[in-house]
Amino acid sequence: MTAPLLQVEDLKVDFSTRNGIVRALHGIGFTLHAGETLGIVGESGSGKSVTSLAVMRLLDRAGRIAGGRVLFQGRDITRAAPGDLRSLRGAAMSMIFQNPRAALNPIRTVAQQIMDVLRAHRRIDAAEARQQALDLLKAVRIRDPERRMSAYPNELSGGMCQRVMIAMAIACEPALLIADEPTTGLDVTTQKVVMDLLAGLTAERGMAVILITHDLGLAARYCGAIAVMEQGRIVEQGPTEALFRDAQHPYTRRLIAASPTRRSTLADLAQGAPPVEPVSRPPPPPGTGPLLEVQKLVKLYSGTRAVDDVSFTISAGGSLGLVGESGSGKTTLSRMICRLIDADGGDVVFQGESIGHIPARDFHKAPQRRDVQIVFQDPTDSLNPRFTAFDSIAHPLRRLEGMRDGSALTARVTEAASRAGLEPALLGRFPHQLSGGQKARVGIARAVAPRPKLLLLDEPTAALDVSIQAVILQLLDRLRREDDLALLFVSHDLNVVRMMCDQMVVLQAGKIVEAGPSMRVFEAPGAEYTRTLLDAIPHFEPNAAPADRVDA
Amino acid sequence: MSATVAGTRSTTQHILFVLRGNPVTAIAATLVTLLVVIAILAPWLAPYDPIASDVPSALQPPSAAHWAGTDQLGRDIFSRILLAARLDLFIAVSAVGLSFVVGAVVGGFCGYRGGRLDRWVGRIVDVLMAFPLFVLAMALVAALGNRMENIIIATAVINLPFYTRFARAEVNVRRNSGWVEAARACGESHMMVVLRFLLPNVLPAMAVQISLNLGWAILNAAGLSFIGLGVQAPTPEWGIMVAEGARFITTGKWWLVAFPGLALMLTVLGFNLLGDGLRDILDPRMRT
Amino acid sequence: MKTFLAILRRVGRRLLFSLPALLGVVVVTFVLMRVLPGDPAVFFAAGPSAGKAEIDELRHQMGLDKPMPVQLVRYLGDVATGNLGRSLTTGQPVVADMRARLPASLELTCTALVIALFLSIPLGVAAALRPGSPIDHGVRMLCTLGVCVPTFVSGLLLIYVFYYLLGWAPDPTARIDIFASTPPDITGFYLIDFALTGDWQGWWAAFTQLLLPAFTMALFVLAPLARMTRASMLAVLGSDFIRTANALGLKPLRIVVAYALRNALLPVLTITGIVFSTMLGANVLVEKVFSWPGVASYALDALLASDYAPVQAFVLLMATIFVLVNVLIDILYGVADPRVSVE
Repeated sequence: MTAPLLQVEDLKVDFSTRNGIVRALHGIGFTLHAGETLGIVGESGSGKSVTSLAVMRLLDRAGRIAGGRVLFQGRDITRAAPGDLRSLRGAAMSMIFQNPRAALNPIRTVAQQIMDVLRAHRRIDAAEARQQALDLLKAVRIRDPERRMSAYPNELSGGMCQRVMIAMAIACEPALLIADEPTTGLDVTTQKVVMDLLAGLTAERGMAVILITHDLGLAARYCGAIAVMEQGRIVEQGPTEALFRDAQHPYTRRLIAASPTRRSTLADLAQGAPPVEPVSRPPPPPGTGPLLEVQKLVKLYSGTRAVDDVSFTISAGGSLGLVGESGSGKTTLSRMICRLIDADGGDVVFQGESIGHIPARDFHKAPQRRDVQIVFQDPTDSLNPRFTAFDSIAHPLRRLEGMRDGSALTARVTEAASRAGLEPALLGRFPHQLSGGQKARVGIARAVAPRPKLLLLDEPTAALDVSIQAVILQLLDRLRREDDLALLFVSHDLNVVRMMCDQMVVLQAGKIVEAGPSMRVFEAPGAEYTRTLLDAIPHFEPNAAPADRVDA
Repeated sequence: MSATVAGTRSTTQHILFVLRGNPVTAIAATLVTLLVVIAILAPWLAPYDPIASDVPSALQPPSAAHWAGTDQLGRDIFSRILLAARLDLFIAVSAVGLSFVVGAVVGGFCGYRGGRLDRWVGRIVDVLMAFPLFVLAMALVAALGNRMENIIIATAVINLPFYTRFARAEVNVRRNSGWVEAARACGESHMMVVLRFLLPNVLPAMAVQISLNLGWAILNAAGLSFIGLGVQAPTPEWGIMVAEGARFITTGKWWLVAFPGLALMLTVLGFNLLGDGLRDILDPRMRT
Repeated sequence: MKTFLAILRRVGRRLLFSLPALLGVVVVTFVLMRVLPGDPAVFFAAGPSAGKAEIDELRHQMGLDKPMPVQLVRYLGDVATGNLGRSLTTGQPVVADMRARLPASLELTCTALVIALFLSIPLGVAAALRPGSPIDHGVRMLCTLGVCVPTFVSGLLLIYVFYYLLGWAPDPTARIDIFASTPPDITGFYLIDFALTGDWQGWWAAFTQLLLPAFTMALFVLAPLARMTRASMLAVLGSDFIRTANALGLKPLRIVVAYALRNALLPVLTITGIVFSTMLGANVLVEKVFSWPGVASYALDALLASDYAPVQAFVLLMATIFVLVNVLIDILYGVADPRVSVE
């Protein structure tokens, strides 16, 4: 057996913060041979990014390697001189990051940036560097590469920027490539294209890859081995297949369970949560109209139709998923239905009454305001930083029900909080003192506090870790069943929508491309676009993992 | 509100915490407090009559009797500096307060609403900013007359564009945040969203501006007096004192300029340092 | 070529947009000046003995007997044709006075700006490269103290130290020693004119005379420039693309200069425009302290004498310079930042 390419032994990293020294890595170790692919999977705060930065010795000033060794091609990187490190980085080991647009220098052209890397490590003249840069752009399959050479990052899409980033990282044929969440923030379809490209290029060149990701499905699809991290420790590692077949550590099991597969149900996701009693609802008496009727809604943004002639209905207690990628108009649509912005055409009918014609600026006075509530995408962004959790949840009660401070209000707030699974002890805290999951619960408690009939959910779990996502999804489902609450679930994730909703509407560029019962759309998609979306969902089928993997 | 009661205590604790961790802010706060005390008690603190001239003892260097020396009319410079603190602080505080209130409200609504109103206000602000502001202040005081209230107005006017722009920009970046939409969904009108949600959140950033601007306002007021367009002699005012002392600097009588200059500098320094400290105190995200 | 055209278009649009602002400046100054106390006709009539007829005659001559809107329209017409009126104190056309005095002010302001930029950018960069080091603390202290000292105090203290105590600086009055000969009037900038005629002794005399006032003004704007350089350099050094450059092994010098500094200078460029405007205002104070024969001291004297025309012309001139400087900064910004020229 040859010597490993990378050997990490008992690596410890400390960060100095305002509250003293915090240990981010508690002695982790793993081994990677040439040409192998390793996925490091963990939720936020698990230390997976710190691991990658420590291996590259790119920790910022506050971070310090406190112990252990990182052997790369037999040399201990933790003791390497800065000059030696510089000649290693880019040439023998390189790295690509999430948010590719920010990772590129905004005021240098694509060609200049690739040439910078080439000329930092190779003695070649400008013309030769230019030619190689062009070849690299072709290799990462950028359309019209000659023209793109002189483009600036802001003129390229996120996916394009990530391709340029890949071109820079592989320019000097490094032996190791670390990809830190390379597709986070990209649309699902772009995600798949970029990952396939990355896997193909590295396999061709025999590079070893470390893929850092929060997405178990992504790691399973593209990596031969997986290390699972939790709170600065590797709790389990092994070949992908074995790990999924027979996970030992409880955290790994929980993580696997929480990651949706194509067949999982809500109950599978968070094991141990109280089971949801299926409430049999009496069918609505004949003659009752739908709760919400969206009729030919149109919204124009500087001439283009962001939302183009969209119609659908939701019955009382029903649930409908609105699926689309960024730019599909799903968020705009949800804001119009919530009457936060005005439509340029069409109508919104709620319980048989037109509310689409009440101007958004006056809708806060309309009686329907408390019946239509919304949960926002980013739990941090959606809470007023100067309100405590209590004040946030009490806000709609004070405004919409005219409640005054007192035991009645406290009771209602506590009740809403407990239904959203928020401990009463947390009510006095400000948003920055709460975790992401707790903030999401505050947002939900606030929305359900006035007992609405229709709840809009705008990607409510997009910013959350999978294990928290699982719990929040179950919570929403329970609220819906218990309260007969109708849900309009906006998401880019077909799989989540399939679990949450009876009906599904797929949007592309403001238009409905497909609509129907969720199961039907999922099992037998009618539109080409829906199939692309479905195909792009990173997923793992525990038994079919290897076969699925090597198709790149 | 129960939450507010809990909040008050933690605010005091938080201020103490910040001051302990940041001695510079503590010094600045002491400096500013001292200034305010001096401004209030000046008539009782001053060892001499600041206006009474005493020609025989004119132009004396600093001594035990006259800590900061005497000026060309034999007046005690130290006493004059103490009394001037009162006037300069009053001018700065009123001017900045005036422009802050007007600027925050106008800028806040423009930033939130956008559209035509915003464009018009933006244009007016542009016109104001197209003036070299000190020159504008000069012209205003000259036009309105050399009186204290006019100095306040002039200083407020030249501060106004900054507050309007600042509030506008700060509100503008927040107006699409989730919690603003959430407040709307909770039944808040546009007006209340600006007044009760956006402006309080913009306040920490503006408080820093206020503190920095107080220093700037004092410099402006003193500058106006220095060129003969502000408060008139013999009223004790730092700018006038420097202007009077300027004639004697080439003959080496440094104390006429240095001490009022030092008073100006310390005041501005105090406000500037306090501004930086305030940012930490008022930002709830810094509370841990 | 495409970028050049784009920049040209932007400059054109920018100039067009600044016209209303300039018009606003003209109108506001006009109105303000008409509210000024005192009647210039009385002021400039031949002394207290002047009869009413003489004053009325003067008033008619100055157009003061017409209603204000009419006066405004006439004034706007004059401005459009380049006639800014006649100064009642010097008896000269304002345009001529301004032309004679503007080079003095510009020479002072520009020298000060160059000094400030040459000091502040290296200081800010040095501080940002070693946060928390003695250099950083030194620069931060300088920034904090720098904005606290008013120009009229620092100017006087510099005179005390360098003229009275050390004797290094020449007598702090005017642009050149009264006994020395002025250079031939080619550009009006003494440093350039002396250099053109090869009179290096005269050049040195003018240069030493310029140093103190220029440094006084530079000290005042040093702080905001250094502070902005440090802050934006720190922000850029912490950004993702610097991490990328490090991860791909680029040379440190290349990272600092081509990647960090070029990006960090963009906000510095913006603040330079604001700083320049502050300097135009500070000119009034510095020119007074150093008896510098520039446009600002000319306008101040006119203002104190209720002489409208020079003040209006001065404010218009300042606003125009301000607009031009901003257009220049816009062009530089467009060259330096590809994101702007695309829009």
